[in-house]
Amino acid sequence: MTKWTRKHLLGLADLTREEISQILDSADQFVSVLDRPMRSVPTLRGWTVVNLFFEDSTRTRISFELAEKRLGADIVNFSVSTSSVKKGETLRDTARNIEAMRVDAVVIRHRSVGAPHFLSRHIQGSVINAGDGSHEHPTQGLLDLLTIRRHFGHIDGLRVAIVGDIRHSRVARSDVWGFTTMGAEVVLCGPPTLLPKHTDNFPAKVTTRLEEALEGADVVYALRIQRERQAAGLFPSIREYSAQYGISSERMERAKPTAVLLHPGPINRGWELTDEVTDGPRSLILQQVTHGVAIRMAVLYLTAGRDPAQLDLAPKP
Amino acid sequence: MESLILRGGHLLDPSQGIDEQVDVVIENGKVTDITPPGRKARGREVNVEGMFVAPGLVDIHVHLREPGYEYKETIETGANAAVAGGFTSIVAMPNTDPPPDTAAAVLGFAARARNAACRVYTVGTITQGRQGQELSEMADLVAAGVVGFSDDGAPVSNSRVLLNAMEYTRPLEKAILSHCEVPELSEGGQMHEGRVSSELGIAGMPPIAESLGISRDIALAGYSGARLHICHVSAAGSVDVIRSAKMAGNARITAETAPHYLALTDEAVRTFDSNAKMNPPLRTRQDQEALKKALQDGTIDVIATDHAPHSHEEKQVEFDAAPFGIIGLETSLGVCWTELVKTGVLTPMQLIGKMSTNPAQVCGLPAGTLKPGVAADVVVIDPDMRWVVAEPFRSRSQNSPFIGCELQGRAILTIVGGTVRYAAGTLVR
Repeated sequence: MTKWTRKHLLGLADLTREEISQILDSADQFVSVLDRPMRSVPTLRGWTVVNLFFEDSTRTRISFELAEKRLGADIVNFSVSTSSVKKGETLRDTARNIEAMRVDAVVIRHRSVGAPHFLSRHIQGSVINAGDGSHEHPTQGLLDLLTIRRHFGHIDGLRVAIVGDIRHSRVARSDVWGFTTMGAEVVLCGPPTLLPKHTDNFPAKVTTRLEEALEGADVVYALRIQRERQAAGLFPSIREYSAQYGISSERMERAKPTAVLLHPGPINRGWELTDEVTDGPRSLILQQVTHGVAIRMAVLYLTAGRDPAQLDLAPKP
Repeated sequence: MESLILRGGHLLDPSQGIDEQVDVVIENGKVTDITPPGRKARGREVNVEGMFVAPGLVDIHVHLREPGYEYKETIETGANAAVAGGFTSIVAMPNTDPPPDTAAAVLGFAARARNAACRVYTVGTITQGRQGQELSEMADLVAAGVVGFSDDGAPVSNSRVLLNAMEYTRPLEKAILSHCEVPELSEGGQMHEGRVSSELGIAGMPPIAESLGISRDIALAGYSGARLHICHVSAAGSVDVIRSAKMAGNARITAETAPHYLALTDEAVRTFDSNAKMNPPLRTRQDQEALKKALQDGTIDVIATDHAPHSHEEKQVEFDAAPFGIIGLETSLGVCWTELVKTGVLTPMQLIGKMSTNPAQVCGLPAGTLKPGVAADVVVIDPDMRWVVAEPFRSRSQNSPFIGCELQGRAILTIVGGTVRYAAGTLVR
């Protein structure tokens, strides 16, 4: 296997199949670590990570924190409510301050597209994108891939239907690149106002008809619907959205009998998913959460320049 | 004042239809003679063989930031940048603080511009405070010397107000320079709405926000009889609207585009470089082709820079937090020569029409011609000089997307009223 050479993880659009496979392989090892009683592998002891969250995010932040702790890294949490950003400090100055503190890696969540890329040009350490605007959320895409690969044993040849607010979704963008690079076929589905205006650049089919998207799907991925989109006039009501695009057990019948359900969380129960299907046997939603920690461990480990072949998984006190 | 003879250059003067090798004689700040090469004359001789000689370039869309934003640019630094780019007359846009919405403000501006390196004019605002509601004292502004009217980036969205302004200004014989945009359609947008914005997840500005604004303004101009100049056309759809309106002939319209729309596309946003961010935004290859065709067939009359300086602090931020705009005075000629003349889209003569004679006419400036008797505002262009755009610029701001680009063609001598204001690399004052 070729050696991992990237210092940053900014998106899935430019990762190769080999690179994604390498992350998934490493993550598989970390999943096995997480399944045992002694869950720490302090391979990043002395490595300092800043979690720089400019946008509210409970689960992604906690998932990264847990991954960092399991690897024994030193952690600094910097979130918008407690930071100097509210006092008007620019991202460039924030970056310079982080640089001055000799930090090894920065995990950044930001509402602006390209903020992680901007940061990567201004600091020496690694930058890991934990979500930038509607652009990418690469670790989410990777944990989705890991969940599907562990369930089906492969990704090649699967049909993945992503349903909902594609236009504003960084999860959908990362998943389109991730799944197609790994050989799956992707269908994007939502009301016209929640689809990207121009989809020629996406290696995916696009439809407004849910039945068409679900037909023969192996994976049904429901996205979170946000009330602010309705307030902005992009669709008439949550009620109509649910009626048209909500995923129910009956609708899952359109998909293959073996099909599974994913959701990036947090779920609006009754809006994009019914309770029944959320908690049903096809739902892999909680496995996604578990795999999120393993994926983030793998990403931190690889971007820190550690060799996966040298990974010592022996339990340590 | 000394006299100067430019020897052996190839004169490009669309106003006289001269496109040949001649000597240009300058005395007492005026062009006094254009003669076949080699004729005897007294004065300092400058050999410009192999170069093009043309009426000084005219830029009718420049943001000089003074008063109010002197940390971005001043009249002085903007004019220094202008002469380095071959411009001898520039027209300031009104988004200053305070804006030129009274005669007093205009006279104050003119007083500060008096010692600048080139001729500096200003437009006046259409409405008081650029608020789009009450008309400025437009006759008073004309008496104070404004060369046109514009509310610039705050387009007058109330059609009744704009129609009133057009009807009111008709006897004043000044053009309305309109930044055409339907703000509801572009609100929140950060770049062209197209494949790239969709892919990157960046909110887009649809091209119809521009073309629909143009359609409205053309309808109002036709109805009122006012002269309308359409600023910074960037989209193919806009070109179609302007072309058919010009063919129908029921409105007095001129139109401009900017060099960056001819050289760059929305692909430049992929690096999230905020110097690829301006309004209207960089569009697609198809839009570029349409703009070039429009320059060829006369649908677009003028190339103007939309020179919009912003400080490093303002631009070195997240893409969506950065202000719109880039500088252009020092790169305009090189970009246009490279993209239009070298590629055969326009002849050198046609380019001078778009960058000097036509813009001078739009704003009624005493420029764009070297007819004997006029003030000697002259640019000498080296068509073969290859140069790489690099900081520092003479502009106070450095927000150029062309840094690092190799261009061909450059002003090597800029003369304003017979005085050399810029010569090959140094600023002569």
